Amino acid sequence: MSEALPVKSERPELSAEERYYLASQWQLMWQKFRRHKLAIIGGSVLVALYLAAIFADFVAPYSKEVRFEKSSYHPPTRVHLFGDEGNFVGPFVYGTTRQRDMETLQLKYEEDKAVRYPIRLFVHGESHKLLGLIETDIHLFGVEEPGGIFLFGTDSIGRDLFSRTLHGARLSLSIGLVGVALSFVIGITLGGISGYFGGAVDTFIQRVIEFLISMPTIPLWLALSAALPRDWPVARIYFGIVVILSLVGWGGLARVVRGKFLELRELDYVLAARVSGVSEWSIIRVHLMPNFASYLIVHVTLAIPEMILGETALSFLGLGLRTPAVSWGVLLEKAQNIHSVAIYWWTVIPALFVITTVMAFNFLGDGLRDAADPYKQ
Amino acid sequence: MFAYFFRRLMYMILTVWILSIVTFLIIQLPAGDFVNNLASQYARSGRELDQAQLNNLRRQFGLDQPVYVQYLRWATNVLQGDFGWSFQYSQPVERVVGDRVGLTATISIATLLLVYLVAVPIGIHSATHQYSMRDYLFMFVGFLGMAMPSFLLALILMYVFLNAGMSVGGLFSPEYMREPWGLGKFIDLLKHLPLPVLIIGTAGTAGLIRIMRASLLDELGKQYVITARAKGLRETKLLFKYPVRVALNPIASTIGWELPGIVSGGVITELVLNLPTTGPMLFGALLTQDMFLASSLLLFLNILTVIGTFISDIVLVIVDPRIRFTQREA
Repeated sequence: MSEALPVKSERPELSAEERYYLASQWQLMWQKFRRHKLAIIGGSVLVALYLAAIFADFVAPYSKEVRFEKSSYHPPTRVHLFGDEGNFVGPFVYGTTRQRDMETLQLKYEEDKAVRYPIRLFVHGESHKLLGLIETDIHLFGVEEPGGIFLFGTDSIGRDLFSRTLHGARLSLSIGLVGVALSFVIGITLGGISGYFGGAVDTFIQRVIEFLISMPTIPLWLALSAALPRDWPVARIYFGIVVILSLVGWGGLARVVRGKFLELRELDYVLAARVSGVSEWSIIRVHLMPNFASYLIVHVTLAIPEMILGETALSFLGLGLRTPAVSWGVLLEKAQNIHSVAIYWWTVIPALFVITTVMAFNFLGDGLRDAADPYKQ
Repeated sequence: MFAYFFRRLMYMILTVWILSIVTFLIIQLPAGDFVNNLASQYARSGRELDQAQLNNLRRQFGLDQPVYVQYLRWATNVLQGDFGWSFQYSQPVERVVGDRVGLTATISIATLLLVYLVAVPIGIHSATHQYSMRDYLFMFVGFLGMAMPSFLLALILMYVFLNAGMSVGGLFSPEYMREPWGLGKFIDLLKHLPLPVLIIGTAGTAGLIRIMRASLLDELGKQYVITARAKGLRETKLLFKYPVRVALNPIASTIGWELPGIVSGGVITELVLNLPTTGPMLFGALLTQDMFLASSLLLFLNILTVIGTFISDIVLVIVDPRIRFTQREA
């Protein structure tokens, strides 16, 4: 009911210019951000990816371990909309027959036009726990048994790559967040201490950071992850990898924090605020934070993709997450050999997700940077 | 000026020294040592090594000593040019590493040159033709280059090169593999360089294009450019005389980060392409806990990194008069 009655504004209508001057800093940023189309696209893609990862059990037609023994290295299933006569029948897939090519000993899959499996929404399948809470067996889409729908094909032992990619997104996408959160905490604490105390503490922390930055990252990652015991459970390996990735990452952030701290402390408007009797806390909150937070947000959006790429590379080399864990890097580990990639091209599809995610984060970071820059119109 | 360089040099040596300690400790981190590894290898092939033999091996390799003794021994030997013994290859590390150090350095420097030769002109073009078709194209390719994992790029380019009938993988054709160095081998190396250099350089090029474009755009909007244009200076002269020079500053300061980035990022590409360089060897040494080999290779990579930083310090001082001034004051 309430939305039917527009609330009449007490204030007179403002002109665009007046609105600009009255807007808070965050409103200004949002206005500028909205104009950056690529950033909006990047942000939307990321929201979609993260939602798909969170609800992977529901969105994926199969679980990550279920095997279709008769369908190893099945190429991506083609989704048809029109029947043989060109009439529209809605999305469906054909059944497949398989044969072994006697010359190359490769499995060949052919569509069997006689059997059709319509794609249905909200089908019953394996049961899973949505968000770890709600027990259900409903999946977003699927086909009836014995048909199979493999949008990205299957791997060497017949597991659906689309489902595994979605499940892998959970580890791959979260590792960036957790890793950045960790290096964020270390970076802000040490950077803050460094900038606040100055003197010997500052010098020492700065030397440590310089030292960390001058280490070659990837060899260091290799050495550290080679040190993770092979028999550790998945969760612990995951945490170990996160720690390794953020050990290298916090230095840059601490530098930014310290530099900003030193720079902002001396600014005229901070002095003016102090002279006018504004409390320290208000100065930090109202005058420093917006300046500061924007930098941090930008730094974070650009640090996450680096971590995602790092995890992918480590897992690809077999030093990161390992089976039975599923991440994009683990999936790509199978795509090591150029000759097998040439035949089973769909095994590199997870890499497209890596690229999309990293690009989306970069676009988002670019947009945020432009929006956060108070001198950019 | 000289005092400044000298101080940087001393600092550099100190860094390498600390790095060598840290990496030595990291390599010791995995549970067990090379002898355990060897024992399990033997066990897999059905033979057993008894405890006495294992202990003998440990004593022989010096693995029975505490870590700091092992480090001191290794470090003193390194200073005398002896990098220790590779367990895996049963040869001195110098012999095992052989040409690899030189080849890694060659690839890295070639990549560095490529990155700058490609990125700077493209960056200038993009900035002077902002929002043109080509600018968008370069930006897109740049973003793609940064987002693409290097191993995927390696796989894709390998595929393309293979289909174009070019040789892929390694740095030498089989007939030159065991040959001593000569003109033929050198030309053969040059033929094999483009692929790895292209792969390793892509990410760095993409990043540099963006930096160059952004910093030149900042300069182009400044009033001195408008003044110069108003006075009737020719566009090309105006462009290269002032804004480009100023815009090159941030580029110069990244040289130091670029080289370590290339060396470090190259490891994965080298692995995928299976190049006879230090990357794949380090990977193998880490997995088998061949610790002196791994330590020596990491030491080499560290030194390359630190040299890169040193170069960037020097270049910055030369390029930017403001830094020179404040450094002299300090």
